[in-house]
Amino acid sequence: MPSSRRALLILTSLSLLAGLSIGLALSVGSLRIPFPDVLAALAGREVQGIDVVLELRLPRALAGFACGGLLALAGALMQVLLRNPLADPYVLGISGGAGVGAMFAILLGLPVLGIDGLAFLGALSAMFIVFGLAHGDGSWTQTRLLLTGVIVAAGCGALVALMLAIAPEHKLRGMLFWLMGDLGQSGQWWPPLLALGVALLLAMPFARELNLLARGMMQAQALGVAVNRLRYAIYLLASLATAASVTTAGSIGFVGLVVPHLVRLATGNDQRLLLPASVLAGGSLLVLADTLARTLIAPQQLPVGVLTALIGVPVFLFLLSRHQR
Amino acid sequence: MSAAPLIEAQTLSVSVGQHQVCTDLNFTLQPGERLAILGRNGAGKSTLLSVLAGLRAPDTGEILLGGTSYAELGPRQAALRRGWLEQRHGDAFASTVLETTLTGRHPHLGRWDWESAQDADIARTALRAVGLAEMEKRDVQTLSGGERQRLAIATLLTQAAPLYLLDEPLAHLDLNHQIAVLELFAGAARDNGAGVIMVLHEPALAWRYCDRALLIHGDGRHELGPVRQMLTAEHLSALYQHPLQAVEIDGRIGFIPR
Repeated sequence: MPSSRRALLILTSLSLLAGLSIGLALSVGSLRIPFPDVLAALAGREVQGIDVVLELRLPRALAGFACGGLLALAGALMQVLLRNPLADPYVLGISGGAGVGAMFAILLGLPVLGIDGLAFLGALSAMFIVFGLAHGDGSWTQTRLLLTGVIVAAGCGALVALMLAIAPEHKLRGMLFWLMGDLGQSGQWWPPLLALGVALLLAMPFARELNLLARGMMQAQALGVAVNRLRYAIYLLASLATAASVTTAGSIGFVGLVVPHLVRLATGNDQRLLLPASVLAGGSLLVLADTLARTLIAPQQLPVGVLTALIGVPVFLFLLSRHQR
Repeated sequence: MSAAPLIEAQTLSVSVGQHQVCTDLNFTLQPGERLAILGRNGAGKSTLLSVLAGLRAPDTGEILLGGTSYAELGPRQAALRRGWLEQRHGDAFASTVLETTLTGRHPHLGRWDWESAQDADIARTALRAVGLAEMEKRDVQTLSGGERQRLAIATLLTQAAPLYLLDEPLAHLDLNHQIAVLELFAGAARDNGAGVIMVLHEPALAWRYCDRALLIHGDGRHELGPVRQMLTAEHLSALYQHPLQAVEIDGRIGFIPR
């Protein structure tokens, strides 16, 4: 249990980091806009480049922050739900389902709204299929849930590969970018941000119960947690948070896996601090990665999912080697 | 005494799959009483205990805590009336010894409450009682089996429920710690009127530290009575299906396998 002063310190510094990362995202790009001008533009004053800041970069930065936060939150919740530190938001097949929906939409040549809609539908279908199958005999143990998720994800992967194989040449690039995760095509910025706020608000009242759940279902039940109800709620919440993020920006990898672990190193494993800290850290990380993705080899843009994976893989391997005491 | 018993089992039948653990089990446990559950491996002792703890539904029958059923109490109220010591302890995530002990305060705290200094005091007292006072900052994942077991007992003490349901409380413990733990719960029963039900493997310790014994034969039959009537060489030889001889030294009894 971290002291309240330490908790406040961590959350304040992470909020600062979030502010800085968004500031940087607004300032950096093919058109460099100095920080004071960014602030002036945000305040509504007429400066050079105000359109770029307010209409291009700000929505993208906010969408990126929301997606990063959603993924980190969903990852932290999945790790508790499955009592497995290696779980991530995609382990139960949500992104696979969304991928199938999105690929199908792109193949049909639907507009952005159609792609988002079918991706969300695919994510929800995967969620219900996994839950329905894992629930089978009414027990839905962690292992059964995990195995069902992995299998459904594999099936979705096959469908996605099939659609890639039959897709016409000119659609392949768009499909690949979606699969790797890309903020460039995200539509609206406010739905994921709203989803993030609601998800965090819903999760926080149960944070101490989640601490107990992480220690074992029976133990949590014995200590007064209504375990089954809590697990349904967490499963639904984490799945919807993942679906919201994947719909906005495709399957951006590693944020949901690595961020909760990085935050744990600093905060310990108290969900009351871990959840909000993960949201702030995940959002900041994705905004920074996206800024890199669109400036690194500008004017060419990289899919941000590639960068998060490139950062995430070595960090995760380091954590894993540290884990074997 | 007029108060309702700490726990009451009425016509309880329990089974696991095809295996019948007990049929038509009736008993009550008053404050200060200690009951041992004995039986061979796989007889269903742990299953029965988890049913008594309200963590698993019986086939038929009812369990009342202080006159109220688990369904009426809900998990949180139940956690204020009974504590349950799990047989296995797995820690998927790192956490300190003190944090782990403090989870015992959960049923006492409101949704938005944080553990107070008072809660930390209760937890530290419990850690001292099991000899872990110096280890409160250690990561639980680095503890030995015996230390982890004592930590689980400290968490249970921190929960401060009047009824203790202990599934193999002596697992992984050295002899000195075995006696210390049994003395601890004997003291809680004597001084605070706690009730204790424990699954034990050593009949001699059950004889010494419990008032009554419940023998689970593994074929649906059970026997319940005072330890002096239940824990005889004859009964135990039948229970474990191995001949045992009772040896008495200084008013204490031991059972030696032949």
